[in-house]
Amino acid sequence: MCSVADAVITVEDAHKTYGGKGTKKALDGLDLVVARGTVHGVLGPNGAGKTTLVRILSTLLRPDAGRVEVAGHDVLTEARAVRLRIGLLGQHAALDEELGGRQNLEMFARLHHLGARHARVRADELLERFDLGDTGRKPVRAYSGGMRRRLDLAASLVTDPEILFLDEPTTGLDPHGRAEVWSAVRSLVGGGTTVLLTTQYLEEADQLAHRVSVVDRGRVIADGTPDELKSRTGGDRIDVVLRDAGQLGAAVALLPLPAADIRVDADRRLLSAPVVDRMTALSGVVRALEEGGIQAEDVALRRPTLDEVFLHLTGAEEVAA
Amino acid sequence: MSAYVLTDSWTMTRRELAHWARQPVQVVVSLVFPVMLLLMFGYLIGGGRAVEGQYVDYLVPGMLALTMAFGLEGTMVGVTQDLNKGVIDRFRSMPMADGAVLVGRSAADMLQSAIGLVVLIGVGLALGWRPHAGPGEFLGAVGLLLLFRFAMLWVGIQLALVAGRPELVQAVQILVWPVGFLSNALATPAAMPDWLGTVVQWNPMSQTATAVRDLFGGPGGESGHVWAAVAWPLALLAVFFPLAVRRFRALGG
Repeated sequence: MCSVADAVITVEDAHKTYGGKGTKKALDGLDLVVARGTVHGVLGPNGAGKTTLVRILSTLLRPDAGRVEVAGHDVLTEARAVRLRIGLLGQHAALDEELGGRQNLEMFARLHHLGARHARVRADELLERFDLGDTGRKPVRAYSGGMRRRLDLAASLVTDPEILFLDEPTTGLDPHGRAEVWSAVRSLVGGGTTVLLTTQYLEEADQLAHRVSVVDRGRVIADGTPDELKSRTGGDRIDVVLRDAGQLGAAVALLPLPAADIRVDADRRLLSAPVVDRMTALSGVVRALEEGGIQAEDVALRRPTLDEVFLHLTGAEEVAA
Repeated sequence: MSAYVLTDSWTMTRRELAHWARQPVQVVVSLVFPVMLLLMFGYLIGGGRAVEGQYVDYLVPGMLALTMAFGLEGTMVGVTQDLNKGVIDRFRSMPMADGAVLVGRSAADMLQSAIGLVVLIGVGLALGWRPHAGPGEFLGAVGLLLLFRFAMLWVGIQLALVAGRPELVQAVQILVWPVGFLSNALATPAAMPDWLGTVVQWNPMSQTATAVRDLFGGPGGESGHVWAAVAWPLALLAVFFPLAVRRFRALGG
């Protein structure tokens, strides 16, 4: 059945084109396998096909071609079985804006076929858990962005879904709201839920995901743990910040690193280059700066950011440099 | 079909009722509007209509039918609003019964129309309208009106699903007016140019109005129109009900 043991989501060669003309290919042969109980990040720029993927996985959209299975059920022929097992947090709040928080949660619980009493208890639990207990009868349209997102997340959890889809869950949230969503996701995974999360924020994938699929133009162009993806693009880097931007040119000539690899950011007085051996590079750079009489504000070794990984993978690095 | 059609439909109906409770003013306005029309046509504009007998006896059944037709607008607005809100995604990604969203909409709209009929009949009686009908005929007339409303409901759902966006729905809404007035609701076809009278008589709403006038025993009624007042809505339903259900299922094509 599944190519990976304990795969809970399997997508094989999925295609989706919008509109009759066939101009906009949202998915163009996308493959994806998500293991049970993990957080899987789907990372990509706007228009890469992330939302289309989530809408297909959550049965809102039908793929044109390909095999898509969620929890062992085909999204086309067994949509109902899929719907019983998933929760969805889309990009826009999927709530009844005219009703209050409790009314929304009770309604969704009833539609998941919980009895009236059970639905009420569940709504109370979720309101408490997401710190929405004192919203009373206030309609959702009067909620703040963060409250709305929390209620939306609560609504996607009314039945403790086996799989939770989060489509850019923190887009538009302030740092506080973002941290709240992150901690909620972490606690869910502790409880055994599989999470598929799309994001444009590379930091978010790095923070939350066990594995990351990088998506561009409707295909997965790279797949792996965040660490694997980082090492694939050249391992560690060294950053040197100078006190005087006028010395950048001199420093490039002095450093014991191939000049072609060194990226210069004059605005930040920054030199950055990939390194092979961390400690040798660090001591060599510090010595070279001292001997050349160049004053540095900071010298640091770091892992590449996922931004750099993404630029590297999409081949945009040359353009950006 | 799922075993939960009834409970899910009831949940969705309760959702609409909860909306009413949240916006009582809107509900009252929608009930008062037909009353306003009735008063307007009865007292301001209706003086010179060429109708034998009391104009109010001709007008009230016409207004009842017209109100049922105008119910289409509310249905369309309700459906498009839902479609253009994120909440429809949650409904569609949940294991609820297929038709529950539409059934909930129908139930709430039918209930509102039934209340509308009661209010309008009450105001009509206060204005001096006197139906000459037994209880059976009276209920039969109300039944025909609600059947017509039910047909209009599914026409409205289909139009809203096709239009999709609130801007387009507004355009269709405006068309409801001439189509509604192009009937015998307010004026008898006898007073119109021949071609117009023919068009007006073929309007399904005119069939309902004529049959209802007959059952109420007032002017403008013609016996034998009951079958047309049953057949037209059924024909409309036979076309629009499957279209709307198919269109709703095909969301996400």
